[in-house]
Amino acid sequence: MKHFRGFVIKEFYHIFRDKRTLAILFVMPIVQMLLFGYVVTNEIKDAKIGILDHSQDVVTRKITDKLASSGYFIITKVLTNETEIEDCFRTGSVKEVVVFEPDFAVKLEREKKASIHLIADASDANTANLIVNYTSAIVNDYVTKENKTVTTPMQIGIESRMLYNEELKGVYMFVPGTMALILVLISALLTSVSIVREKELGTMEILLASPLRPLQIIIGKVMPYAVLSFVNVITILLLSNSIFGLPIQGSVALLLLESMLFIILSLSLGIFISTSTNSQQTAMMISMMGLMLPAIILSGFIYPVENMPMILQWVCHINPSTYFIIIVKNIMLKGLGFMSVWKETLVLCGMVVFFITMSVRKFKIRLE
Amino acid sequence: MSERETIITVNHLVKKFSSFIANNDLNFEVYKGEIFGFLGANGAGKTTAIKILCGLSKPTSGEATIAGFDVYTQKDDIKNSIGYMSQKFSLYEDLTVTENIRFFAGIYGMTRKDIKIKTQQLLAKLELEDSAKKLIKDLPLGWRQKLAFSIAIVHSPKIVFLDEPTGGVDPITRRQFWNQIYEAAAEGVTVFVTTHYMDEAEYCDRVSIMVDGRIAALDTPQKLKETFEADSMNEVFIKLARNATYNE
Repeated sequence: MKHFRGFVIKEFYHIFRDKRTLAILFVMPIVQMLLFGYVVTNEIKDAKIGILDHSQDVVTRKITDKLASSGYFIITKVLTNETEIEDCFRTGSVKEVVVFEPDFAVKLEREKKASIHLIADASDANTANLIVNYTSAIVNDYVTKENKTVTTPMQIGIESRMLYNEELKGVYMFVPGTMALILVLISALLTSVSIVREKELGTMEILLASPLRPLQIIIGKVMPYAVLSFVNVITILLLSNSIFGLPIQGSVALLLLESMLFIILSLSLGIFISTSTNSQQTAMMISMMGLMLPAIILSGFIYPVENMPMILQWVCHINPSTYFIIIVKNIMLKGLGFMSVWKETLVLCGMVVFFITMSVRKFKIRLE
Repeated sequence: MSERETIITVNHLVKKFSSFIANNDLNFEVYKGEIFGFLGANGAGKTTAIKILCGLSKPTSGEATIAGFDVYTQKDDIKNSIGYMSQKFSLYEDLTVTENIRFFAGIYGMTRKDIKIKTQQLLAKLELEDSAKKLIKDLPLGWRQKLAFSIAIVHSPKIVFLDEPTGGVDPITRRQFWNQIYEAAAEGVTVFVTTHYMDEAEYCDRVSIMVDGRIAALDTPQKLKETFEADSMNEVFIKLARNATYNE
């Protein structure tokens, strides 16, 4: 234990004496938080929506058909009462619910006025915004066409409500993604580079020839990064709370635990990378291309997974960040408990086991 | 010589990598306190053998004991009794002289008090007191090499393994480095050194020359020169190496 402490202290010296590492550790997270605050736009295609039709008449059916045939939406749920709306969102089976008021056609006929209520899942703020806009456009298009044939123009009022994120703040969407990105960056990239650096310098051989056990060496190397990653999780949460006013809806403890799991996964990925290469540059390239880019692009962070070609969707499904982002969204934005994320958690645990086993095997082969 | 105590014993040691035989039936003994030169061309199998002797790698077959410990079953004891310095004379460049000493002494489990005493002794001996708080990267290469060697024996090991410790260093620094090796040997540390500078082979008590995974010759430099009717170790080596190419 005594040698182990010295080892961790040494590792902290490395970190605090290297300006690049320091920048990645402490400046990058803040810069990224602020940068991603101005979120990227995205398009929708085949967005899943639900219909709650209190009226069930010719007009509502026509509008529903129009929505369904637009190419933007797929109607996956037909609801019968208001209480089901919340459930739909919680399970994530729809992104929007379109509610027609009772006696829709009758009101439109008599008063020339009726209203539609749109409720969207705004934990993904951009998508929600787009979906609501597209729906409104389709309804308005219907109204314009109908009005050509009648003398007195009719009106359909559209009211929209953004669930989980009433003010439609972009930050709500990018915080989970930024967390995933930063943890991958610090835990996987920095650890893999720092382990490979020891190989390059030749100090790894000296460490292996010393009484330190390989496991002690690895844990000693990753421990500081685990601690600093955790500090970063807290920094991000505090920043998003103080600057962007984002509250954590669910359990903070659960969120931190899941973050810890993701940190461990990223660390094991970093170790795995470091066992596969002997040069810092290669380690950096693998981490960047293999982990960081997917964390940004193929994780549902910026572009919705559902809109991607099938092959890329598969890539998303083997990308750890995808699962972590879902977990964070559910806990942080929707306030859901462990039962809503146990599947994703299980996938992450499985990945940890896989990468650690692979690393140990590779390490043993090298020694034999 | 025969009455001397042996500290490394190697019997029929074989190391295979799939079909390639890196070490083919090695047999030798190293005596306590001697400077044992382990020579061979690049790829002759020196590094593979040194890794086995340091407990970094398992042999395919054969026996080897280091300081009385078995390479198969007592790796931890071996690691505690040896020091190791690689060809890069690796130290942490972003750590200071003192921090490096403290770190390496620490991983060998030395107590804080011992480390403190040892650090003072080392700095005094190497005349590095003024540079104690300097980062390694600010030290000249020769100093780094000396420090690396001193650190490799900071925990007073029984044997120190030096893997091409003088690569890329100028002749004067190399000479000084060998003085350090003599000092250590005089204090009773067994020195196991690989090199491909043949003039350095002359400095060793005994020399083994590896060719194609086998030990082709083993004796004192003087005897080797006589046997091979050569004026220098360089000639001995060339004669042996030429045989290797013929055999292929």
